[in-house]
Amino acid sequence: MAKLILSMDGLVLKEIQLSKERTTIGRKPHNDIQIDNLAVSGEHAVIVTILADSFLEDLGSTNGTFVNGKTVKKHFLQNNDVIELGKYKLKYMAEAQPGAVKAADFEKTMILRPGAMRKPPAPAAPAPAHVETAPAGAAAATPPADAAARSHAATQVGITAASVGVSASTPASVPTPTHAPSPAPAPAAPARHAMLKLMSGGNAGKELELTKPLTTLGKPGVQVAVITRRPQGFFITHVEGANKPIVNGKPIEQQAHALNDHDVIELAGVKVEFFFKR
Amino acid sequence: MDLSQALEVASHTDPGMVRSNNEDSIASVPEHGLVVLADGMGGYNAGEVASGMATTVLTTELRQMLEEHAPHEVDPQSGQKAAAKMLQQQIAKANSSIFQAAQSQPQYAGMGTTLVVALFYDNKVMVAHIGDSRLYRMRGDEFSQVSKDHSLLQEQIDAGMLTKEQAKGSSNKNLVTRAMGIDPAVEPEIHEYDTQPGDIYLLCSDGLSDMVSDEDIGMALQALGANLNLAVQQLVQMANDNGGRDNVSVVLVKILRDYPAGQGLAKKIFGWFR
Repeated sequence: MAKLILSMDGLVLKEIQLSKERTTIGRKPHNDIQIDNLAVSGEHAVIVTILADSFLEDLGSTNGTFVNGKTVKKHFLQNNDVIELGKYKLKYMAEAQPGAVKAADFEKTMILRPGAMRKPPAPAAPAPAHVETAPAGAAAATPPADAAARSHAATQVGITAASVGVSASTPASVPTPTHAPSPAPAPAAPARHAMLKLMSGGNAGKELELTKPLTTLGKPGVQVAVITRRPQGFFITHVEGANKPIVNGKPIEQQAHALNDHDVIELAGVKVEFFFKR
Repeated sequence: MDLSQALEVASHTDPGMVRSNNEDSIASVPEHGLVVLADGMGGYNAGEVASGMATTVLTTELRQMLEEHAPHEVDPQSGQKAAAKMLQQQIAKANSSIFQAAQSQPQYAGMGTTLVVALFYDNKVMVAHIGDSRLYRMRGDEFSQVSKDHSLLQEQIDAGMLTKEQAKGSSNKNLVTRAMGIDPAVEPEIHEYDTQPGDIYLLCSDGLSDMVSDEDIGMALQALGANLNLAVQQLVQMANDNGGRDNVSVVLVKILRDYPAGQGLAKKIFGWFR
């Protein structure tokens, strides 16, 4: 259960468990948390708790409610938020993580309904005993290549341009972005920066950083491969086209192929080097 | 009418990285344009019984009905499309089977399942859902969520208590407000949408949508839309790479070409005289 720690001038006065759905804060005695100070309104604020989440709402107080120094009307409380009312501070401490063991259980989807317990009806007709949970045939009809290509040409080019635009084989298709390595936001990206360098064609020598989880290479409808960024490293996979990409002189298999430093990829007539930036 | 030439279907279900058993269940009948996904919950192994019952009842019953009736026909009395009526009836049937099993067998007590069904016909798709399993659509560059969850979080968003951004940080992600098998009757949400050639529809359990951002799912579909089987594998892999805390199920349906409902013989004959 989440709790609030009431303090003034760094002195802890009280600890309050958020056990009720509504916990009111104010100067008047009927409040759940009474703060007898003239800077605090009679009914100052309320904290609405729904299961594990708590929301703070200002009740039109005279001097306002502040969270982490900012005035708020309504606020979704986060762990360690500090609520200020006049000179008083209330620190919000979210529920201690339910033991790691139970965490998995907690995430299980559960049904929530207002009318909880109800009488089970008299035993009904025998129900089907056990049904195997097996995916029934997931047949995949092969699309006519031209239709697939047509419908996806536009989007594919779009993403190529957005990600890196390695389709340099046809200068007309996508203007290669003027060499400007996009700022790598890389929240959970591996520490090493993976790069691609064009080795042939008009844009030979251009380098592109692989910043996205997915980067497509090639020409839609002719030959397309994708490089995926995973926790284990970078992998290249064949997407479409009769020919598979060639890595270090050998065509790759159907499954994803792990890329190593200085691997040379040949695809749709273009040679690209994959390497890690030091 | 055989729709397997107009629709390409690919699907995959995986227990994820943490759970030992898979409580999700998926099924498809491509020739009738039917795909079903269910995410079971409750009890020891009972979740997979509930989701398995939902997909089995729906596919077998609907297959039979679709062989006899055309889904695009409109019932003159109710003004309702046959597809909507079929889905409603069969979901009610599956619901009561699960409910009765849960009531009569102690080991199944409390089991239930979410559901999302898509039925394609006549250049349209009828979508029914219950709970937090979702349907998304990729049209051109635009990737958007079509179904709206029946969950506490969604209700909080609707009530203005949370923004979508804040919802990502909520700890109440796992609470659904509607599910099959919990009550004697259930109300599915049913809507019809027009489809276009090139559209890709994604049905998924919360094991995907909780672990992978909509933006990344959209990017994967953009990049790999030409190879649905690979796209399905990639989506499951992304969920697992991000922790895979729940079962992950993904069904993709791509519209390859138009599939207008076949004209009746009588109409064809009248057509000659026009």
